[in-house]
Amino acid sequence: MGEPNKLESLNSIQTDKLKAIGAGGEADLKSRFVKYVPKRTKMRMSATDKLISVIVYVTYALLAFVCVYPFYYIFINTISNNEMSAKGKVFLVPIGFHLTNYAKVAKIEGLVRAAEVSVARTVVGTILTVVVAAFLGFMFTRESLWHRKLWFRFVAATMYFNAGIIPWYLTMRNLGLTNNFWGYIFPVAVQPFYIILCKTYVESVPSELQDAAEIDGAGTMTVFFRIILPVIKPIIATIAVFAAVAQWNSFQDTLLLVTDKNLYTLQFTLYNYLQSADSLASLVNSSTSVDSMAQLLATASTNTSIRMTVTMVVVTPIMLVYPFFQRFFTKGIMVGAVKG
Amino acid sequence: MQGMKRRGLTKKQIRGYREFLYILPFLLLVLIFSYYPLYGWVYAFFDYRPPAPLSASKFVGFKWFVYMVENPTRLKKLLEVLRNTFAISGISLFFSWFPMVFAIFLNEIKCVPYKKFVQTVTTLPNFISWVLVFSVAFTIFNGDGVISNLAVNMGWIDRPVNYLLNSDHMWFKMWLWLTWKNAGWAAIMYLAAITGIDEELIEAAKVDGASRMKIIWHITIPGILPTYFVLVMLNLASFLNNGMEQYFVFRNQFNSDYINVLDLYVYDLSREIGGYPLSTAFSILKSIVSITLLFATNWISKKIRGTSII
Repeated sequence: MGEPNKLESLNSIQTDKLKAIGAGGEADLKSRFVKYVPKRTKMRMSATDKLISVIVYVTYALLAFVCVYPFYYIFINTISNNEMSAKGKVFLVPIGFHLTNYAKVAKIEGLVRAAEVSVARTVVGTILTVVVAAFLGFMFTRESLWHRKLWFRFVAATMYFNAGIIPWYLTMRNLGLTNNFWGYIFPVAVQPFYIILCKTYVESVPSELQDAAEIDGAGTMTVFFRIILPVIKPIIATIAVFAAVAQWNSFQDTLLLVTDKNLYTLQFTLYNYLQSADSLASLVNSSTSVDSMAQLLATASTNTSIRMTVTMVVVTPIMLVYPFFQRFFTKGIMVGAVKG
Repeated sequence: MQGMKRRGLTKKQIRGYREFLYILPFLLLVLIFSYYPLYGWVYAFFDYRPPAPLSASKFVGFKWFVYMVENPTRLKKLLEVLRNTFAISGISLFFSWFPMVFAIFLNEIKCVPYKKFVQTVTTLPNFISWVLVFSVAFTIFNGDGVISNLAVNMGWIDRPVNYLLNSDHMWFKMWLWLTWKNAGWAAIMYLAAITGIDEELIEAAKVDGASRMKIIWHITIPGILPTYFVLVMLNLASFLNNGMEQYFVFRNQFNSDYINVLDLYVYDLSREIGGYPLSTAFSILKSIVSITLLFATNWISKKIRGTSII
């Protein structure tokens, strides 16, 4: 029971120190204390607790392994000798390092084009979605907006119903958005979830900021661009990541809307490779003739390597960007969770 | 400060109208892409065969709705699809505690760098597409995949085996992949809820000599139970909506009997000749049931917790 008293005495020592150096008043002292985190109450670990600790550490190591190893495996196989790869000998370190798989993949007809399409839709789609989310999120906080509640519900309600594949497809066809790059962009531009995230975040910004600007004569747009936008950068970063990932991973819209090979995305192209590799592999397993078997094996092993290389190409952007943004959205989501 | 009155409109009102004009383009987008497609429901009541326009098609009322239960083959297929959907959603619901437990014990890790590492790594699968997940599955379980090669090299089996062509325990396997992809991400929400638990409660318990398991059982779990409840209710509301992508990429001729879920079936119907009306009829029914479920779970939430979820 001596602990709480220790905390208090530590705090008072800090207070005295600050007073001594002539630090500011109450508010100043309080703000400095936000950084000071008292040590946890120490407790003796029982045997069960220690056992649980061990189990926890080991279990999570396994879970982490299960999440990472598949990607590591694919990666080392794409830079290893293809035959060794097909035999399954490459599982710890690369064997027979070479980069020709990537060179081959770069030459595959249509793959470069698919990459361009994927990148283009990710960039354009993300920009539009983020702008819409930030702008609408802000506008729905404006008291003056005509029938604000009505329009907000109008937009938010779309989260809860879905017209279905066929009606959606027919709409897109009537609008001329099939086999059209903008069919990837416009339908997903307005996302109620992101708008709500932004709206909640804007509501947490002190209204004095907006009020002061308005007294100085700023119009709605000026307030948005000059005051709000700089302040809500964290949530914008969060939404940008979500939107970008959604665009990059998008598969169903290509499947439903697009028959023109020039508009295929990387995801769709990868899916096609997986399908052809599948049929090839089952041919290998069931084939009896030695000659054709060897031939098929040769094709299959290259096919496997190509498939894995394309997988790496599709997954790498996400793996590169992800760790950097992870801290952004954990924060952003938690703010949203607390407020919402 | 009084707004200057000018012909009955205050400055604020004028600004209000102008702001509405600013958002009007986006409201139109919502109208076109979310509300207008609902008009497409009308196609379920016609004998619509493209490329003939709707006006040239015969109105048939509820023919297609009746057809889906009267025709024996269709009915059998429908029941099978519903069975799959219920099984997969049911398993998901049954194991819905998994992300919560994942988060609780993740929180128990004292070493912060290790904790952050595990969290980062386990949320990674959430950000890859289902096509990529299938590619990973293919790499591991295919005839020339990790498991098969390991088994052959260890001498456990003689010939390579393609585990993906195996239709045993399909629903459980689908749940496993779904969990591999989503658990880490869902855990973030629970972790946020855990940090919201009053520190003093935990300190008091420690001072009273509570072991870690006791703290988890008596403080942590009750603390995040509201979050869990909301998520279970939302899961319940989307019981029929399994999504289509996961099952589409994993489907092959061997497992299709078990993997066809409602969303995928609706897609398959749309691929059939003259299948638009039937597919649309299913979409309509599915939407009605989903909305009903949503209101039902919302009502349950109000009764039990006193707050609604929408």
